[in-house]
Amino acid sequence: MSFVRRRTDLPTMSDATSRFVPLLIALMVFLAVMALSGLMVLHGLAGRWERDIRGTLTVQVPAVISGPEAEARSHAKVEAALNILSDTRGVLHAEPLGRDRIISLLEPWLGSADLIAELPLPRLIDVTTDPHIAIDIKALAARLEAVQPGATVEDHRIWLGRLLRLTRSVEMLAVLVLGLVGVITSATVIFATRTGMAIHHQVIEVLHLIGAQDDYIARQFARRTFLMGLKGGVIGLGLGIGAIFSFGFMARSLEGGVLPEFWLTPAHWLAVVSLPLAAAWIATLTARIAVLRALARMT
Amino acid sequence: MSARLPPSFDHVMRFESVGLRYGQRPEVLEDIRLDLKPGSFHFLTGASGAGKSSLLRLMYLGQRPTRGLITMFGQDMATLPRSKLPALRRRIGVVFQDFHLLDHMSAVDNVALPLRVAGVSESEIKKHVPELLSWVGLADHLNAKPPVLSGGQKQRVAIARAVIARPDLLLADEPTGNVDDTLATRLLYLFEELNKLGTTVVIATHNEGLIKSFAHSRLHLERGRLVDPPPFKGG
Repeated sequence: MSFVRRRTDLPTMSDATSRFVPLLIALMVFLAVMALSGLMVLHGLAGRWERDIRGTLTVQVPAVISGPEAEARSHAKVEAALNILSDTRGVLHAEPLGRDRIISLLEPWLGSADLIAELPLPRLIDVTTDPHIAIDIKALAARLEAVQPGATVEDHRIWLGRLLRLTRSVEMLAVLVLGLVGVITSATVIFATRTGMAIHHQVIEVLHLIGAQDDYIARQFARRTFLMGLKGGVIGLGLGIGAIFSFGFMARSLEGGVLPEFWLTPAHWLAVVSLPLAAAWIATLTARIAVLRALARMT
Repeated sequence: MSARLPPSFDHVMRFESVGLRYGQRPEVLEDIRLDLKPGSFHFLTGASGAGKSSLLRLMYLGQRPTRGLITMFGQDMATLPRSKLPALRRRIGVVFQDFHLLDHMSAVDNVALPLRVAGVSESEIKKHVPELLSWVGLADHLNAKPPVLSGGQKQRVAIARAVIARPDLLLADEPTGNVDDTLATRLLYLFEELNKLGTTVVIATHNEGLIKSFAHSRLHLERGRLVDPPPFKGG
């Protein structure tokens, strides 16, 4: 911590830039916290979706809703579909979902279970497939259709693919935001450093004339920028963590799991809390380079 | 504070056909030729606007000449890499006409600055800086900042800062301009003491009385040229 405590020859902590730079870095770190946590949550969700859905199909068989022995006839249709599935290479397991299970799945979306029970619900068969064997979905659908008209095969990979593409796009956007945050932070620090150098031009000149190396002066600006960056970063992190908890709380309070579960792993938290330090170091490095370049132009 | 190495060169500073102009204006210094031997003492005289401050600026490496050759401590300034300049500047002590003190620092910290820049330990600084400030009569103002000091007090802080690191070359621009005659004489004795220890001294001044009292060579400038010094007005 000697880097932080060391004395300085430049009265930089009392000039105008020392007030707006921490504020701007706080805002940048807040945006970075939001972008990074969003990115990590989305990445985790996409992975989970992919793991959950890869190797599964759903076969939908229209139910017989009227006439004598409707339930028994529906059951027979499901059995016929199961026979076809068991004869299909690559199908590991096929299990019809009970009516109660279907109703419980629909309940969060459609409301009262009693009301759903009145609806002509199709029968669903949950199929587990071998991910290493490619099943010809069209041929399977045609075979099912031939035996049970109206039967369809839902290949989750199609909509999952679309969802993943959307997720990846949002992830790219988050990465772009992180990059922009870095660029804006650097640009702000360059501007503030140049302003600081203009304000303290006379002090810099005196230091130069008594034999201070460029590095001696650059270190003082870098130290000051590190402190400002850390101060702003910690404020931004505090605001960001507050926003994450608020968002998580709101997501949990929504009924029906409309929003995916919003949580961060310990590794994610480590990445998030290291953002102020990263911002401070980016700012420090930028200030140091900016000062050295400006001093190199002096006599 | 460290023991000075014996100079391995026959001049501290040599100017050969040096000229200086600011922008497109006429030269403020023309064909300056001078050779300062180690351990010499010079008064730099001349009317206001003759170029004394410009010549001092060239001497303390605050400005590069527009023509000519400057050699300092045996090194050609035209070919010296920029990274070597700070080490050379540390061998030069300067008393600026407008003091160039740092207002946010105490007198002690202002004087300690050349030592800190040179990496001298804090214990050495604490030992020598108050001692020197006491010697120049500022024992009661060690922690005072320049804005609360009088012109004369600021000047003494500036002088203390210029001599604290025992420079090889001491340049002073009107160092006695804001002090009474008694203190002016005392400060000149300080410069002479340093000179006896091997420091080359150049003092720009208008104070004819002082120049007469201390018999040293004169570098006289007239309209940017070094000329033979005129006789003193009082005869």
